[in-house]
Amino acid sequence: MVEVSHAIKFLLNGEEVILTDVAPDLTLLDWLRLERRLRGSKEGCAEGDCGACTVLVGRLMDDEIIYDSVTACIRFVGSLHGTHVVTIEHLRGENGALHPVQQAMVDHHGSQCGFCTPGFVMSLYGLWMRNPDPSRAAIEKALQGNLCRCTGYAPIIRAAQSMSSYGQPQGDPLLAERIAVRDKLRAMHDGRRVEIGEDDRKIIIPASLDDFAAVYEANPDARIVAGSTDVGLWVTKFMRAIGPVIFIGHLQELKRIAENDSEVRFYAGVSYSEAQPVIAANFPQLGELWDRIAGEQIRNMGTIGGNIANGSPIGDTPPPFIALGAKLHLRRGEHRGEIKLEDYFLAYGKQDRQPGEFVESVTIPLLPAGEKFATYKISKRREEDISALCGAFRVFVNDAGAVGMVRIAFGGMAATPKRAKAVEAALIGKPWTMDTIEAVTGQFAEDFSPISDMRASADYRMLAAQNLLKRFFLWTQERSERLAREVA
Amino acid sequence: MNKQSDISLATLHAPTRHDSGPKHVTGTAEYIDDMIEPVGTMHAYLGLSTKPHAEILGMNLDAVRSAPGVIGVLTAEDIPGENDVSPSHKHDEPIFAVGEVQFWGQPVFAVIAETREAARRAAQLAKIDYRDRPWIADVRAGQAAGGKLVTEPLKLERGEVDAALTSAPRRARGAVTIGGQDHFYLEGQIAFAVPGEDEDVTIHSSTQHPSEVQLMVAQVLGIRHNAVTVNVRRMGGGFGGKETQGNLFAAVAALAAKKWNRACKIRPDRDDDMQATGKRHDFVVDYDVGYDESGRILAVDAVYGARGGFSSDLTGPVTDRALFHADNAYWYPAVRVRSEPLYTNTVSNTAFRGFGGPQGMVACERWIEDIAYALGKDTLDIRKANFYGTDTDNVTPYHQVVEDNIVHRVVDELEASSDYQARRRAIIDFNKTSTVLKKGIALTPVKFGISFTATWYNQAGALVHVYKDGSIHLSHGGTEMGQGLYIKVAQVVADAFGVNLDTVKIMATSTGKVPNTSATAASSGSDLNGMAAWDACEQIKSRMLAHAAKLHDADEADCHWVTGGLNVGRKHIPFAELAASAYLNRVQLSAAGFYKTPKIHWDRATGRGHPFYYFAYGASVSEVTIDTLTGEYTVDRVDILHDVGKSLNPAVDMGQIEGGFIQGMGWLTTEELVWDDKGQLRTHAPSTYKIPLASDVPPIFNVRIAEWSVNREPTIGRSKAVGEPPFMLAISVVEALGMAVASMADYKKAPQLDTPVTPERVLMGVERMKTARGA
Repeated sequence: MVEVSHAIKFLLNGEEVILTDVAPDLTLLDWLRLERRLRGSKEGCAEGDCGACTVLVGRLMDDEIIYDSVTACIRFVGSLHGTHVVTIEHLRGENGALHPVQQAMVDHHGSQCGFCTPGFVMSLYGLWMRNPDPSRAAIEKALQGNLCRCTGYAPIIRAAQSMSSYGQPQGDPLLAERIAVRDKLRAMHDGRRVEIGEDDRKIIIPASLDDFAAVYEANPDARIVAGSTDVGLWVTKFMRAIGPVIFIGHLQELKRIAENDSEVRFYAGVSYSEAQPVIAANFPQLGELWDRIAGEQIRNMGTIGGNIANGSPIGDTPPPFIALGAKLHLRRGEHRGEIKLEDYFLAYGKQDRQPGEFVESVTIPLLPAGEKFATYKISKRREEDISALCGAFRVFVNDAGAVGMVRIAFGGMAATPKRAKAVEAALIGKPWTMDTIEAVTGQFAEDFSPISDMRASADYRMLAAQNLLKRFFLWTQERSERLAREVA
Repeated sequence: MNKQSDISLATLHAPTRHDSGPKHVTGTAEYIDDMIEPVGTMHAYLGLSTKPHAEILGMNLDAVRSAPGVIGVLTAEDIPGENDVSPSHKHDEPIFAVGEVQFWGQPVFAVIAETREAARRAAQLAKIDYRDRPWIADVRAGQAAGGKLVTEPLKLERGEVDAALTSAPRRARGAVTIGGQDHFYLEGQIAFAVPGEDEDVTIHSSTQHPSEVQLMVAQVLGIRHNAVTVNVRRMGGGFGGKETQGNLFAAVAALAAKKWNRACKIRPDRDDDMQATGKRHDFVVDYDVGYDESGRILAVDAVYGARGGFSSDLTGPVTDRALFHADNAYWYPAVRVRSEPLYTNTVSNTAFRGFGGPQGMVACERWIEDIAYALGKDTLDIRKANFYGTDTDNVTPYHQVVEDNIVHRVVDELEASSDYQARRRAIIDFNKTSTVLKKGIALTPVKFGISFTATWYNQAGALVHVYKDGSIHLSHGGTEMGQGLYIKVAQVVADAFGVNLDTVKIMATSTGKVPNTSATAASSGSDLNGMAAWDACEQIKSRMLAHAAKLHDADEADCHWVTGGLNVGRKHIPFAELAASAYLNRVQLSAAGFYKTPKIHWDRATGRGHPFYYFAYGASVSEVTIDTLTGEYTVDRVDILHDVGKSLNPAVDMGQIEGGFIQGMGWLTTEELVWDDKGQLRTHAPSTYKIPLASDVPPIFNVRIAEWSVNREPTIGRSKAVGEPPFMLAISVVEALGMAVASMADYKKAPQLDTPVTPERVLMGVERMKTARGA
């Protein structure tokens, strides 16, 4: 029987915080600004897109502290148990001087109106700690989640390129305090489940994965919140009630990644950032897509399980995962089952999941030898944008030069992530040539009738989808003409 | 008088850092939402309409009133003065809609509660019955519906246009659609009102125009201006979006503060901010241009339809300025341009960096492009063939003679330094063999007129105190929105007195310090306020000098201001000592400075005058690559040469040039405003409205200030205004994308890309070219 405590404990900068009364929808930003009157972190958008509220959250992972930049506006206080929250107010240099990152920003004229600046400083601080001499590409990637409207970014990039000449991470207070902080966080993880509040205001922080399974089975109406990159907006944008909530972002068992010769299994709580090296190693064609999903803060928060479980038609991971033949592992209490990912999406906003059942992991088969696979995302702005459409293509061309196997899946083309089965059927057995590709373009209309919205028109979606198949064909012919703008 | 002084601490013209830099990076710079609220502070939230045009049949706010934490609601009936915040004074912009709503997102009421959260939740509970009315979506719909206008149109005309068109060997006719733009200042609209004694109220407002907020609040409360004090320490970005759009929020906060005698703050969330406040006007420009075989323009006849929105706001002066820049840097032997400031059932559009000028220039560069492709020439050749002359061919469509033309030198230097010709040849070669990727390059110039076209706005005041310890207190009418105005004016003052910059304390802008200020807009901030502050300094200096001469029995001619103080004969008096001694001798150490721009005049009725004191120039070269399968593209390299006269602060000016260019590039590429078929704006948050990112900055971005340039007019330090002109440098991105698209049909057909040039527009352009090629 799991013991229960009734307090959320975490570190805020240098101080230990114990909260026994927390609303499930209380955001970190509101708490910092309104209750703690720490007003260095700003609200620019309240949806995790502008980065003005960026803070670092340190968490234990395999007994080490990892500091992630996150957007405080959509991070819930209830998800902070056992973490170290570091805000702009905690950033300090030696003897009260500016921190090296701050001094670099001042000297390079990196602020104009200054409203976005604390968020930029925190993102750059996170970068500097792990990479004080970043490449241009690394800087751009670290700043994907920070909007500046004044400077045109050029002076901020120059500041980032010179950070290390102002100081090295060795000796930084946050690193120097690391062991003491780790010990404090360790003590907070005392093996007990945390429960706070009643009914709709109830927060449950399970002690373990098994505890989560049991708690959710017993409370099937509860809302599961991992990274809160989607549910956060339900609160900040739509003022929806979300309680009772089970926070699972802290569960290390859900952050496992298992690799073998034939497949990779991501547990549902693995963040995009945590998955990135494994994705890059096993599915190199997914690497570029991965770096174009949201911004750094959101990739640090959002999880693979969440991107699937919320069933969005424009989630970026389902199309490639469907094309690769991914399987979902669902769990309800002690009962486990599996389902093909493509069968999971029933209709817009509706998934094949029973009450009390959750996505525990997803298994992605490695690409068999001889097959070709690629994914392309198209968005109005190249980075930190939601797909207008996203296409994933996988083909096996047999010795006769004909299509032996093909799987094509799209996001943004229908109410759910969806395979292009008519196109696939038209391709199978045909010679893998541009003539064949041209001949099957008409089949797209059998599979899809996309909508027009603020991201793209139906006509554009259809034409671009057809052209992406051509792009894939060209790529299999090693005629890979792509725009060369690289991300780190 | 433009010679500032003989003393130099190298403060003026030095690349001094932003005065708030250390506070920005530590999060200690205080914005209005960061101020610690007095006990009992209330929070207001707006209830917005959900129809583009409808009669209000009934409004049931009972559920709003009884929601938890609610103190009360405000509707039009609660306004003691006028229910109007129209900056044009046409009384066409109610705070709260009465009888009808005219756009989706129009404020209908406000709810006041103990917390912002409570107010925000309660605002959703209103039940409003509407009866739909026909509504006008955009420019073309407005024209089709009879062309109802929100304000008087303007016509500029010179020469025999019809005859010149008829006899022209060639014609370019067409229409260009130019999208609008949301300001996306990172700090949204906000106001915080604190009630005082009697009728008094103090407003902390995120506004570029404190005196106008003062006027509006007084008008709404039915009190005199002297009861209202408006303070602005800094804004988290403005860009024109806080020139008039803060009025309504300030008025609501003030209404509540006086009604309940408690402080009140109002801050809409980003979505409401984007739906309820005005944006850059989108335009459709219909044009008919006559030209000859060499590409020389002979006559221009164009109509500039603009989406005004439901009220006039600043649409009149914005559309005027579009016409003032219909020529960009080009001489039109005959010209007739007309504005159509159209009524539409959308939010009332407003000021935005460039103020109509960018739209005027985009249209102008479109017909330059049409001419070039029709003749099979490089667009740059057509541009050069049409530049204003220096001694002849130098009269604008508004009959002002261009006296300071440096566009030839700017363009020639940039053409050489960017290696334009060789790169263009290489790109044409590249495009011959590359099947999927295509490249383009373009050089476009900017000539931008400096001065408010409302002549009376070209004035400013400042207030300078010197204290007994020699420290200096500086106030002026300009506001700081990040552009570096405060530091520039402080540099002027430090330079004037010969003291270190840290001797000058920059005070928040307040209507109580400097009255009747103009908006910090039209790029005029340092031109006007710098001069006003300098005037104040000179008054104090002359008194101090007279005092010192008398005290030391010296001739005033033997007294000289030097670094750190005053030399009286051979004796050096440190500034602080001089201040102390002046005080003891009853010398006034405070002065109000004033400045008004000379030479300018404008007669709108005849379309003639000298509306601009001078012009700022610049040019840019952009190189792009497009993907003809998807329409995606990258901006690979940008070179800029820009004229700021003799820069007051090269670091600040560089920030304006780089930042202005990127903001302009966003306007023209990824920033797309989309309304749905029900009249609701669907791009009202950063998730759907995409401003540039760090990764959109061109990997090669060579930005230079034309260091040889000196303003011919005696402006402060011979500098030039810099806020707006660089914005329009981004037009070269559109033209470069156009060249890449046109490569699909061997450059034989003009690309005619409307803006913003999204990936979708590029791909559809590519498809048009394929069709043209096939035909």
